[in-house]
Amino acid sequence: MLSIENLTKRFASSADRPLFEDLSLTVAPGESVAIMGDSGVGKSTLLNCIAGLEPVDGGRIRLGDTELTALDEDAFAQLRRRALGFVFQAFHILPHLTLAQNVALPLWLLEVGEAEADRRARAMLARVGLEGRADDWPRHLSGGELQRVAIARALVHGPALVLCDEPTGNLDPERAAGVLELLFERLRAAGAIAILVTHSRAAAGHADRILRLTEAGLVPDADQALRTR
Amino acid sequence: MSAALRHVFLASLRRRRLATALSLLAIGLGVTLGLAVQLINSAALEELGRGMRLLAGEADLQVVGPRGGFDDALYPALAQRSEVRVASPVLEIEARLPDHEGETLRILGIDLFRAARVTPLLRMEVETPEGASDERRDQLAPLRPDNLFLSPAAADRLGLAVGDRLEVQVGVRAVALQVAGSVPDADQALAVMDIAGAQQVFERIGVITRIDLRLAPGVSRAVAQQRLNDELPPGVAAMTPAESESEVLGLSRAYRVNLTMLAAIALLTGAFLVFSAQWLSVVRRRSELAFLRALGLDRAALRRGLLVEGGALGLLGGLLGVVVAYLLTALAFRVIGGDLGAGFFRGVSPELHFAPVLTAVYLSLAVLAGLAGAWLPAREAARMIPARALRSGDEAEAYRAAPRWGLVVAILAVAGALCLLPPLGGVPVFGYLAVLLILVGAVLALPGATPRALALLRPGRSTPWRLAKARLTAAPGQVLIAGAGIVASAALAVSMAIMVFSFRGSVDDWLTQLLPADLYVRASDSSASGYLDPDAVSRVAALPGVERVRPVRFETLRLGEARRAVTLIARPVQRSSGLPLVAGMQRPGWVGDGARPAWISEALADRFGLAVGDPLALPLRGEADPFRVAGIWRDYARQQGAVVIELDDYRALTGDLRTNDLGLFLAEGVAPEAVMAAIRDALGERVSEMILPGELRTMILEVFDRTFLVTYLMEAVAVLIGLFGVSTTFAALATSRRKELGILRHLGLRRRQIGALLAREAALTAGVGLAVGLAAGGAIALVLVEVINRQSFHWSMDLRLPIGVLVAFGLSLILLSALAAHLAGRQAMRQDAVVAVREDW
Repeated sequence: MLSIENLTKRFASSADRPLFEDLSLTVAPGESVAIMGDSGVGKSTLLNCIAGLEPVDGGRIRLGDTELTALDEDAFAQLRRRALGFVFQAFHILPHLTLAQNVALPLWLLEVGEAEADRRARAMLARVGLEGRADDWPRHLSGGELQRVAIARALVHGPALVLCDEPTGNLDPERAAGVLELLFERLRAAGAIAILVTHSRAAAGHADRILRLTEAGLVPDADQALRTR
Repeated sequence: MSAALRHVFLASLRRRRLATALSLLAIGLGVTLGLAVQLINSAALEELGRGMRLLAGEADLQVVGPRGGFDDALYPALAQRSEVRVASPVLEIEARLPDHEGETLRILGIDLFRAARVTPLLRMEVETPEGASDERRDQLAPLRPDNLFLSPAAADRLGLAVGDRLEVQVGVRAVALQVAGSVPDADQALAVMDIAGAQQVFERIGVITRIDLRLAPGVSRAVAQQRLNDELPPGVAAMTPAESESEVLGLSRAYRVNLTMLAAIALLTGAFLVFSAQWLSVVRRRSELAFLRALGLDRAALRRGLLVEGGALGLLGGLLGVVVAYLLTALAFRVIGGDLGAGFFRGVSPELHFAPVLTAVYLSLAVLAGLAGAWLPAREAARMIPARALRSGDEAEAYRAAPRWGLVVAILAVAGALCLLPPLGGVPVFGYLAVLLILVGAVLALPGATPRALALLRPGRSTPWRLAKARLTAAPGQVLIAGAGIVASAALAVSMAIMVFSFRGSVDDWLTQLLPADLYVRASDSSASGYLDPDAVSRVAALPGVERVRPVRFETLRLGEARRAVTLIARPVQRSSGLPLVAGMQRPGWVGDGARPAWISEALADRFGLAVGDPLALPLRGEADPFRVAGIWRDYARQQGAVVIELDDYRALTGDLRTNDLGLFLAEGVAPEAVMAAIRDALGERVSEMILPGELRTMILEVFDRTFLVTYLMEAVAVLIGLFGVSTTFAALATSRRKELGILRHLGLRRRQIGALLAREAALTAGVGLAVGLAAGGAIALVLVEVINRQSFHWSMDLRLPIGVLVAFGLSLILLSALAAHLAGRQAMRQDAVVAVREDW
């Protein structure tokens, strides 16, 4: 379970002005939550705070039994290596590694042997529909294919939490739909908690729960509430 | 981490081939220069030392004195001492060979029976001429005074066989000796003869130059040495063979250390290049590295990965440098022998051996240079905030560099303080450290100096000019990255240019003062067996056209408690033209009070801590004769120190009337060539050498230029590396800014204007780097002249600025940088080129 209690983050330029204040959220194992909101409201910053990539100014974040906000930088890096997966809008596929090597990267960081890492990476690539492309170079892939590689990389090491920042922001609607289908299918299969930050209602619609980040904090999305009712 | 290290970090070196190749080249060149110089020098030293050890044989101690020798009555006195088991007297003569174009041969006069027990390798073997019967072998030949035994190397060099005659010069006479056999165990070019014969032939009756001692069993060498030194007459010393060896080898030490340090600076330039390449690489891989951090790579592992890249560059560059160094050394031995131009090892033919420790040291230095170059970029990468670096446009962060004036001032202050410290073991360690700190301080001054320098420029009208100024003002880090190489190479080139120009000018002035005569005559080099006797001097002085003569006598003495060897020069001083004095007077007022004046060289003043007015005891005749320092003069010829005294004083005290060099002042209108012909007739062509001051000056300046040839080479390499660095850095910068440049193209800038923009940025960067490099170069030149040269060689010189050379150098550097950047920009703006170079950096 992921639990966020009274999380506060202030602007780096002004210690008095909070970006968000007293945010709280609980996400059950296997649950996916989409966070929507206006530009500049702090969605990506919230994701970075959960990932330990930005410091917080107050509150607590727990993942399972581990209090993330109590971890020092090195311990957080260790935890990210083991328990977190990322999918970014810009894919961040390393151009000089083959697809299999890109997917194997988190396993390399976990000191998994190269042969075993390669085997698992190829299997994961097959699961995202890129069977037989493991030895290709990223420059030969389309945007949608690159994001599939990113999904495979985010899940290959079996993380407990996957953080997705506008995963379809760079894709056309048709490709975006295919990628989202695959992403949530794989997330459910992995049983991982997923936090998805997006502007896209279509993307958010794949999540179990949709929240909006506003000045008042995290509030349930009115449309989804209406639909649920 | 190992797979990530291999695929993510080390593989990046393979991807940016151009930058990697250049870094390897820079480090490789530094290692090649340093290691080759060391290999050549150490092989030459080993060869020289081996020769000295051969001559020392099994001696525990060697009693040595002035080059002219000492009273042979000391020999029986020492031989009878209880702590001495065997004493073997030696008279060593460097004999001039009139029939071999003035070549010299080292002749050792030995006591056959004594030498057999101390220096058995000098064994003389009687041989019969080819074709003669063995029965004619004369077993007493080694004792005959006109017999000579040649080592195989000497026989080979002179083309002589047993039975041949060899003429040696004594004064201005030629004396014939007979080759009676060989010295089969000696592998140097030398000859051996009976000591009594040598004394007789070379007119050195009652004189020996060395006594080799083997001590009695159980006698401590240190105790015996101390006791002997307490009792030996002034100017004569008991030394261990190792001390004798180190005294001779020590002469070239300062020169060797200086060459090594120059090579180290070339290696340092390599480190700056690694720094530029790594920094640019880190900027370009910023989002990749941030993503790795997001995946869980901690700061330490990231820093380690990037340092491994630098270390790998160092190691590979080092290996490349080692291979080339050995090849170069082998080539140098074949072509020039063991001498790098300064003449310390002329005639030495060393052999190349693998030197594992030296090689390991240079490999380690190469790795250190790589690590040092990668350290700051690795630190910057580890410090970045991944969340920000993952967003595009964050690259500007890496070009931001805050001025660090406080740190710069502190570093320069430490450098200044280091210059005040004395040398360590005769090596100006703190001076070299000061040079390093000035370089580091200069590079760190770049971010602060850039906006200030740009503010001084008038606002230009052209868009590229305005954009270039704005970019560099906002991103001084770019100047730091691209300008570090320029600062290092410009500072090195400028400092060396100033130092060498000052040195050459000072040597030229010094020669003018020291060579006032119209013609110089000598019988041989002052260390060899030729000399002019009073009769020869009178004959020359009486020649028509000769107005007056100035005789000079050279000798060596051992001075002070440590009895260190210095040169004695006896010549007319107060009645003659000037000495190049830096302190004191040529005609001191106190002369006539009973004190004899002596004028000492700067090296002697430094080594013995003497000042004008200090008393000085000179052991001219086996006892300490009192002198007083009347002046200190500049001497670029004798690093170990020299003392000048009046020739009349020397002759009165020693009775030695010989002359080594004779300066001739000719009557007005007399052609030197006519006098030279008359001298040949008077003294004999074979036994005299003559030179005009102009020829001598040219010859000396040629030696000077040859000595600095290696220096020029190293300087050129450093500048070349710096220029390569500038061009590739701008190529990389242009490639990494394709997006920005593309936007400018969309906004309406023409391709030509983009090229102009980059060229202006480069010219401004080179201009700022050059200005800082000039200032640093000037400061380093001051350290070289006032600290390093003073402490290494004890030479002072007048600082002179080669303005023309510096202006030409500066303008070329700026133009070449602008050109390189312009070309790089054009390449980067070509779409196909973009694809080609995208993965290269």
